[in-house]
Amino acid sequence: MSFINLKDKVVQVKIVYYGPGRCGKTTNLEYINRTYRKQILSEMVSLKTHGDRTLFFDFLPFDMGQIKGYDIKIQLYTVPGQVKYNATRKLVLRGVDGIVFVADAMEKQREKNIRSLNQLHENLQSYKESIFKIPLVMQYNKVDLKEHGIPILPTDVLQKDLNSRLQVPYFEASAITGYNVAATLKKIISSTVVSIQKKLL
Amino acid sequence: MNYGIVSQEQLEQIDAILSEKLIKLGVDCVIIIDMAGNIITARDNGTSKYDVYSFAALAAGNFATVDAMAKLVGEQEFSLLFHKGQESNIHFSKIDDELLLISMFGKDISLGFLRLNVVDVIEKIRKVWDRK
Repeated sequence: MSFINLKDKVVQVKIVYYGPGRCGKTTNLEYINRTYRKQILSEMVSLKTHGDRTLFFDFLPFDMGQIKGYDIKIQLYTVPGQVKYNATRKLVLRGVDGIVFVADAMEKQREKNIRSLNQLHENLQSYKESIFKIPLVMQYNKVDLKEHGIPILPTDVLQKDLNSRLQVPYFEASAITGYNVAATLKKIISSTVVSIQKKLL
Repeated sequence: MNYGIVSQEQLEQIDAILSEKLIKLGVDCVIIIDMAGNIITARDNGTSKYDVYSFAALAAGNFATVDAMAKLVGEQEFSLLFHKGQESNIHFSKIDDELLLISMFGKDISLGFLRLNVVDVIEKIRKVWDRK
């Protein structure tokens, strides 16, 4: 649920990066935090374990400027990817406006991507949301690994696995080098803002 | 999806209640957030500098975690939370299923006195909110 403050003319939009463990959700946010430092007013908040894995969530707020006189405040969250943390993933999804599903393009992660997407579907249902209706963008991360000789899934396989029914926009990306990180972000922000506008009109 | 829109009038009324009942009492900063981590409104005494957006995200997470723990021990909810520090303290109180009132205050205010006022504030805010 985005929150709209008519007095201060502020719209708060919640976007969640979702995906299996070690797929690069936090890396996406870290890249955004480094690259758009000027627009980001506060520090990125990361709640992680001693082993540097996300325990609860990462949080990165930034200002996107104005639309029709309203300040748009984007709040980016990640979920913990590890299987055992589904209860926390669910908590983070509360009130979500838009989702980036980060899939791990490594061949051996194929099944984990599918499982994670299925769980996202279930988790959204528990909030009476539908994965088919909520603004969603697919990101096929780690395409840079191909150059290092690590087998990765071709995009058409990922598309068939994850996006054949959803038919949402998708990007090949490399969060570590920043390739298509901004493009993914721009796409999800525009889809989310458009969807909020539609619901309000 | 339900979008949270509050009228300017409602927000002004809520802000007035917070200023009158809590800021005047000596509370450093009061924030009302929803359970998704959005800020509904924030008031402070003009001297405190908190990063309220990060605070709201963490507070919503914190409250949700405690709520889940309550269910595990068979409680409906723990509707009140209090964190005590050397110089500052944080008090969380649930307004309704969607809203949370957070007060940050120093050592000059007694917890009991604050709680009495918070109860009063919540009752008043509920009345404003219900008129939506």
